[in-house]
Amino acid sequence: MPELVDYLRTMLLIRRFEERVDKLVAQGFIKGTSHLYAGQEAVATGTCSVLSREDYITSTHRGHGHFIAKGGDVKRIMAELFGKIDGYCQGKGGTQHMADFSIGHLGSNGITGGGIPLATGAALSIKMRHTHQVVVCFFGDGAVNQGVFHESLNMAALWQLPIVYLCENNLYAMSTPVWEAVPLRDLALRAAAYNMPHATVDGNDVVAVREVVGEAVDRARAGHGPFFVEAKTYRFFGHSRSDQRLYRSREEEAQWQAKDPILRLQGTLLETGLLSPEGLSALEDEAMREVEGAVEFAHSSPLPSPEAGMEGLYVPEGRGVLA
Amino acid sequence: MRELTYWQGVQEALTEEMARDEMVFLLGEDIGVYGGAFGVTRGMLERFGSERVRNTPVSEAAIVGVALGAAVTGMRPVVEIMFMDFITLAMDQLVNHAAKMHYIFGDQAQVPLVVRTPAGGWRSYGPSHSQSWEAWFLHTPGLKVVAPATPYDAKGLLKTAIRDDNPVLFVEHKLLYATKGPVPQEEYTVPLGQAHIKRAGRDVTLVTYSYLTLMALEVAQELEKENIGVEVIDLRSLSPLDINQVVASVKKTGRVVIAEEGHKTGGVGAEVGMQIQERAYEYLDAPIQRVAAKDVPIPFSYQLEKHILPSKEDIYRAVTQVMAQI
Ligand SMILES: Cc1ncc(C[n+]2csc(CCOP(=O)(O)OP(=O)(O)O)c2C)c(N)n1
Ligand SMILES: [Mg+2]
Repeated sequence: MPELVDYLRTMLLIRRFEERVDKLVAQGFIKGTSHLYAGQEAVATGTCSVLSREDYITSTHRGHGHFIAKGGDVKRIMAELFGKIDGYCQGKGGTQHMADFSIGHLGSNGITGGGIPLATGAALSIKMRHTHQVVVCFFGDGAVNQGVFHESLNMAALWQLPIVYLCENNLYAMSTPVWEAVPLRDLALRAAAYNMPHATVDGNDVVAVREVVGEAVDRARAGHGPFFVEAKTYRFFGHSRSDQRLYRSREEEAQWQAKDPILRLQGTLLETGLLSPEGLSALEDEAMREVEGAVEFAHSSPLPSPEAGMEGLYVPEGRGVLA
Repeated sequence: MRELTYWQGVQEALTEEMARDEMVFLLGEDIGVYGGAFGVTRGMLERFGSERVRNTPVSEAAIVGVALGAAVTGMRPVVEIMFMDFITLAMDQLVNHAAKMHYIFGDQAQVPLVVRTPAGGWRSYGPSHSQSWEAWFLHTPGLKVVAPATPYDAKGLLKTAIRDDNPVLFVEHKLLYATKGPVPQEEYTVPLGQAHIKRAGRDVTLVTYSYLTLMALEVAQELEKENIGVEVIDLRSLSPLDINQVVASVKKTGRVVIAEEGHKTGGVGAEVGMQIQERAYEYLDAPIQRVAAKDVPIPFSYQLEKHILPSKEDIYRAVTQVMAQI
């Protein structure tokens, strides 16, 4: 399975990227806040590995990993986090509001659950335009308690839309443990209420994620309707920059560190001989280099001119899709 | 007098009212162990327990709706909506239900509901975490809207809001939480619907509220050097609006600038300005000027954000412009 090495490459890139962002936020080069994806890399990587460039994803506030796995350019993601003009949104969006429609990324999202109806609408559009694309809608365990989650799943099931709802259950919504927010052990059971097929998968096992999501995507593409995947995982950092992590124990964190999706994949690759120790350190170096390149790029990219903030509110006449 | 921060003023109001009336309780996201996203309820879970400091799932519509249901049946809930931007998710419960219930159902329905929420920008939080939407709620008959600028007012107004039998939207500001000011040890309340003259002046009336009050006072200080006397009025309550005090000031100065952080079109300034011209047109020596956020979303990059949001320079320019009219 040579593609496993590619998965490791992507996962390492995400991890190094997030660790670097953490420092840059602390140093003040990145302003505002950030929600880091470290620990959950196998979910985005396994999922996006079964998607083509034309397939859509919607992402969340914790979206850097989704963006990188979907083929986003780390230079432009980093520049956006810096608020610079070479960022994906020229500094208008920042970490929680980025998109690249050309690679099927319909946007990260600052509103918990805000992307779920949007993803469902993209799936409706695919069905109406007969394009054979598929949508993967990423969201967290917190989002399943928003009204739009239920309203959207119902429509997707009624209309048999080509969408996979991918719930990353990392056990907490900010400080609130999932067991104090949902009276179910498996969030996948939420889908049963909408007569939607569902599965729960180990979100720290990239191969398992790929298998389950791969099947769901194939079904959706073949016209058999929506699917719900719950990936159980854990975020290694706090919720955002100011989080003291008072709501979870250091023991629990250590247990999950031991299930680090990257260490697991590395272990498999080294044991099976698909990767040599030298090969591994070469991959490590490559990820570091790419991230450092992105940081340099972001540093040297100019800030937008203040007046640029006034541009782009509406599609100018003569430039819209109907022109 | 002792000094407290704005967040401490808010917390003291919550604590005192919870101690005073066991029907008062809190609900919101991450208000328990985490103490709220801005730390306002830190320590309150330990003191009052999880029944009365009720941590909720991420469900803004139901949080406000559930609070409404509790309010009309005898409780006095105080909701925290983590960012004012998320109030949009609870709009139906606030506007279609809470605001009209007493009007339609009469005295059997009383709605002692408070929704607290932090508004405002300059934190590089981006377009969904930086907005100031209070003007929408002036357009909602039946809701009261309060937006204090000082720790003293934050405490006194929140206590009054909690004792009010009508729904109150209580708008806090992220940049005010850490600011300090005198707050007496003794019990006091501040009535809703009363503006406060922060600084007297003879030449121009500068009407504002919330965080911009601080900016306005700095500008007034600077203009003093140029021998321009700026009267700074902090509205404190936007609904009910203390237009009488504003009009009295305008009759004295004949010139008005209204400064707010929300978008200019359809903003608080539009309403206040119109009410001034309805009541004091013949006293005006110059057209009323507005300072507000520009009419685009609040962008992330600080360079863009500070250009879109109103600035001290904008206020300064507006005041000198109304002064230039003969
Ligand atoms: C409508 C809305 N409510 C609240 C928030 C604040 N908030 C941001 S992330 C978050 C928790 C989301 O938890 P989850 O969906 O599990 O995602 P995770 O952070 O664990 O990746 C909350 C409450 C928000 N951004 N939008
Ligand atoms: Mg979560």
